Amino acid sequence: MQVHRDRILIKKSEQIWIEDNRHWLGWVETFRILLVFLRQQLVYNYKKVWELDPGDVLGCAQMLIFFMFMSSDATVELTLTAPNSRGRKEIIGPTEPLSTTVNTHGKLHVANTSNKPSEEVEEEESGDTFELNIAVTNPEKMGDGMNAYMTYKVSTQTTLPAFRSKTFSVRRRFSDFLGLYEKLSVKYNLMGCIIPPPPQKSVVGMTKVKVGKEDPSSAEFVEKRRAALERYLQRVVSHPALLQDSDVQEFLEREELPRAVNTQALSGSGFLKMINKASDAVNKMTIKMNESDNWFESKLQEVENEEQLLRRLHASVDSLVNHRKELCSNTAMFAKSVAMLGSSEENSALSRALSQLAEVEDKLEQLHQEQAFSDFFTLTELLADYLRLLGAVRGCFEQRMKAWQRWQEAQSTLQKKREAEAKLLWSNKPDKLQQAKEDITEWEAKVGQCERDFERISSTLRKEVHRFEKEKCRDFKHHIVKYLESLLRSQHRLVKCWEAFLPEAKAIV
Amino acid sequence: MTSLSQDCDKEKLRSVSVDLNNDSSLLIDIPDALCERDKVKFTVHTKTTLNSFQKPDFSVSRQHEDFIWLHDTLVETEEYAGLIIPPAPPKPDFESPREKMHKLGEGEATMTKEEYTKMKQELEAEYLAVFKKTVQVHEIFLQRLSSHPNLSKDRNFQIFLEYDQDLSVRRKNAKEMFGGFFKNMVKSADEVLISGIKDVDEFFEQEKTFLLDYFSKIKDSTAKAEKMTRSHKNVADDYIHISATLNSIAADDNTALKQHLEKFAELLEKLRKVEGRVASDQELKLTELLRYYMRDIQAAKDLLYRRARALADYENSNKALDKARLKSKDVAQAEENQKQCLLKFDKLSESGKKELTSFKGRRVVAFRKNLIEMAELEIKHAKNSISLLQGCIELLKVN
Repeated sequence: MQVHRDRILIKKSEQIWIEDNRHWLGWVETFRILLVFLRQQLVYNYKKVWELDPGDVLGCAQMLIFFMFMSSDATVELTLTAPNSRGRKEIIGPTEPLSTTVNTHGKLHVANTSNKPSEEVEEEESGDTFELNIAVTNPEKMGDGMNAYMTYKVSTQTTLPAFRSKTFSVRRRFSDFLGLYEKLSVKYNLMGCIIPPPPQKSVVGMTKVKVGKEDPSSAEFVEKRRAALERYLQRVVSHPALLQDSDVQEFLEREELPRAVNTQALSGSGFLKMINKASDAVNKMTIKMNESDNWFESKLQEVENEEQLLRRLHASVDSLVNHRKELCSNTAMFAKSVAMLGSSEENSALSRALSQLAEVEDKLEQLHQEQAFSDFFTLTELLADYLRLLGAVRGCFEQRMKAWQRWQEAQSTLQKKREAEAKLLWSNKPDKLQQAKEDITEWEAKVGQCERDFERISSTLRKEVHRFEKEKCRDFKHHIVKYLESLLRSQHRLVKCWEAFLPEAKAIV
Repeated sequence: MTSLSQDCDKEKLRSVSVDLNNDSSLLIDIPDALCERDKVKFTVHTKTTLNSFQKPDFSVSRQHEDFIWLHDTLVETEEYAGLIIPPAPPKPDFESPREKMHKLGEGEATMTKEEYTKMKQELEAEYLAVFKKTVQVHEIFLQRLSSHPNLSKDRNFQIFLEYDQDLSVRRKNAKEMFGGFFKNMVKSADEVLISGIKDVDEFFEQEKTFLLDYFSKIKDSTAKAEKMTRSHKNVADDYIHISATLNSIAADDNTALKQHLEKFAELLEKLRKVEGRVASDQELKLTELLRYYMRDIQAAKDLLYRRARALADYENSNKALDKARLKSKDVAQAEENQKQCLLKFDKLSESGKKELTSFKGRRVVAFRKNLIEMAELEIKHAKNSISLLQGCIELLKVN
């Protein structure tokens, strides 16, 4: 194919130039491909410009995604399921994985297999008696300046036979996690599986880290991200289908992963994603689905309500965290002030008591600080995660709706073909008639396929929602208990502090 | 319009310890108070066995301004220059709960009904707490006066207690306000000057340095303690919102999670009451203590100032006497003046010494009592929280 020949002919020096300019080159390349494709339609397939229908353009858009990958040198292995394949498989490209022509920059990945992974137990609920524990630790900053990034050590401990060894670890950076999500969502979105979404990008946070300021807020940001990535991976592997997925296994195992550049915010694919999201939103508003099963409708409503309430809860817990942090700093100031007061007090016993009070308040400050952390990491992050997950659930419902749409479209095209055949019967053109009959058979098959797809997505979605609800129940309960235990611990410590102070106060004479 | 009647005995235990002689010859308390818009009307009730009063048991209604008038008259009386006049009670300040009530009214639309009622209850409790505090502070002022051997015999004090009609204390008009303001400025300027002069008497010198230093520190501590108790209250309020939202989520939910959420919400509701009590106890025992003694130390500083003024007067009179002797004019008058000054100064020094020593003892006792009480209350509340939390955790784990 034309396009591939082009790629192979590109020389090494050009490759480097391409590497440096991949951002806008992606756009140039895709524009070129789009023109090629359109020319193909017009010239080779005997279509006129006004005959290009939306399906063509949509197919074009999908091609753009694919070629974006190619042109941006991130040869992410993508098993392409072209959902809108209209018999144009020859253009969509090779379905076998591309050979990678990746120049791995020296600074990128440093495999770290020597360290022992830290334990973090996450039990599997499926009937299989295997275990898989994942931990994300050791954030390390690589590179410097604005090209700096953090890598995290992903350690796995497993008894699964699918993996090469029992314990292993690799280093991954944030875009790798995002890339994994992209791959998984393309694969599984159409099946109705709920894919856990990764933590959000944060330009502000990362810029601070990149700039290299060693202040507590950037350390907090890194810690927050590390914990979020850990939870993300744990959710991914707790899904039975995802655990068997080769991409997931590769992510956990493979030493060096090709860089997933398509996840960058300002890349071509980033813009395309925005466009797709916009068109999806319009679609949702205009298409009214003929719901045969009430379960789905009521469930969707439930999910939307819950999302709203969780958002409110998240805001309240956030405010609690902030107030506790305020309390913490005020207590610290008060402690200092009381210490000064104690030092200027002339009565020695009272002076001692006051400085003891200052110490107690200092300990209380630490207590409040830890409590604020626990508030945050146990509750706030849990709620944020579930807000994203509920968004993913909603996305699955939308996918189902789209599948239904496709089915309806296929049916209407079949209807059109049948009408065309009827017309041809009248006008007596035997050669075209043969073509029409072939078209009809083809479209009948497609209608069947779409219907099956729709049924499949509906049943998978049902199962997934049940699984999700069970897991949510378990997760929430676990975290609530954890939070209460942390509150209990801090109250115990409070008692100890004050009990230590009491004799000092009584000793004042 | 809220009316407060003294219900539980606990309120009788004053938060700030005042060294009262349990002399029942003159017992004063404020059993009742009425809040009308901006004004608070206190019912001052006196029980006495002294003959100087017309009746053995009587009550009058007084306003905050009357208390201020009494305080100012006492301060201006020459005779009491050598005494620490108990600090005037601060003006009743309902600003903070009023503001919060306003904000709550604005945010009513965004909250559920239960949340709104709970917040309203919280606010009403806060309002009531401020009210009780102001009553207490006024009561303590009067009780300190009544327990002081000299001040309790003051004629103005008796009028205050007895005069059954409205005192209609004339509010200071503009000139007097300005005059008062000016006097204060002069006083503080003088204070600075005088604090620079080293006192001959060792005792007073020590006291002066100590009090000046201590005053600034305690002022700072009071401010910080106030901030701390306020953020504590904010944390307790947040629990209300969280608990209410959890209840709404639980109402919609029909999985096993429902019970967990309900229990959690219930627990938070109970916890926040405890947290609220912790915050208010801390406020009463710690912040109020510091605030009260800050004002008391100011009064002690005023005493020192008056003594230093008397000393300055005495020295001036000495110089005048010398000048008169030189000019051989008005010698007798100058001598008389000097003797007066000396007398005054000696009297001040003597009573000042007594007052300051007793003040020291009083302060230490008060701090001790309050710190012990605060520690005990904190422990009690924390243990309460612990039992609540443990109960809830067990319930959750069982299911």
